[in-house]
Amino acid sequence: MEFTPKILALVCTYCTYTAADMAGSARMQYPATVRIVKYLCTGRIDILHILKAFEAGADAVMVSGCEAGSCHFLEGNLRARERVEYAQKLLEEAGLDGRLEMFEVAASDAPKWVAAVKEMTQRVEALGPSPLRRGKHLHPEVVEQLENMVQP
Amino acid sequence: MIIAERKPFAEIKAMVAPYKKILIVGCGTCVAVCLAGGEKEVGLLASQLRLALGLEDKRLEIGEITVERQCDMEFLRPLCDFTADYEAIISLACGAGVQFLKQLCSLQPIFPGVNTSFIGVNNDVGFYTERCRACNNCYLGVTGGICPVTMCPKGLLNGPCGGTIQGHCEVDPEKECAWSKIYHRLELEGSLDNMRRIMPLHPCDRSTTPGTVIHPAFKKRYGTNE
Repeated sequence: MEFTPKILALVCTYCTYTAADMAGSARMQYPATVRIVKYLCTGRIDILHILKAFEAGADAVMVSGCEAGSCHFLEGNLRARERVEYAQKLLEEAGLDGRLEMFEVAASDAPKWVAAVKEMTQRVEALGPSPLRRGKHLHPEVVEQLENMVQP
Repeated sequence: MIIAERKPFAEIKAMVAPYKKILIVGCGTCVAVCLAGGEKEVGLLASQLRLALGLEDKRLEIGEITVERQCDMEFLRPLCDFTADYEAIISLACGAGVQFLKQLCSLQPIFPGVNTSFIGVNNDVGFYTERCRACNNCYLGVTGGICPVTMCPKGLLNGPCGGTIQGHCEVDPEKECAWSKIYHRLELEGSLDNMRRIMPLHPCDRSTTPGTVIHPAFKKRYGTNE
């Protein structure tokens, strides 16, 4: 059976989410491998959210926020980058390296979002499915929990 | 506060390898502030262990709990029934907390999840430095609030020694000379006379281990033997 990656994208509502929305409106084509969870700011993303996503069976997690210097909350994206780097270290220790990446996509930059998804999908295809992915899908409860967490 | 560092993940993973159900107990005071063993770190370690063992197709059931202080029986006692269900315990508290928890849960093996470093201060989030060696005989009133026992790389009670090189120590140029700092601090205070005081030999007998402190009120009520 062909392997379709399951990637969880934790994105900022001001930049990346708008870019992803624009990519949809402009009918840009990109792999249907991402499940987007919208945060008010990437600064809200906790390392535990990322680790839980992997526990639930995500093949990869991408965090995407504003470009440096343009965070709506001034430095949320910079904090997110620090957390992602720390989470990468924790994942490497656990034996899951290469499956977490941070991107910076401006609100007007839909092509960059498309490129980011394509890049991540290719990377996961090369790495193969996460060994923790016992079921076929992301555990729905985890996605639901994350979504509830970021609802206004 | 007490500063600790989390042990390397591989070491913790090896400790729990023989077990199927473990409890990770965090401590919400010093080690939580120095980002080594608080509630967040308990969650991260549990998640990391689940991922690492999941990759090896092993199942490990992990309980997570954080108490206010593991060095205080008042907070530990409620854990008594809770811990009975687990095969082993990882404590993320300082060495004192680990020992106190083991006193309570004598049936299970207990493993420390952190290395206790020193008594220190929080300069910034993630930047901690040592300030006190708990020598049981404090000189800070004479030395301008800088501890020569801890801060002098040679541990000299009567300094400076002559090995000061532009405010740094001859034995390690990376380290500042405590006595140089003490001099400047006393100068600002206007108590340079203190520099001429000769400190008597440090009463090392007061810092033999393990130390005990009994409050006079406790002594009055219970006598000296607890």
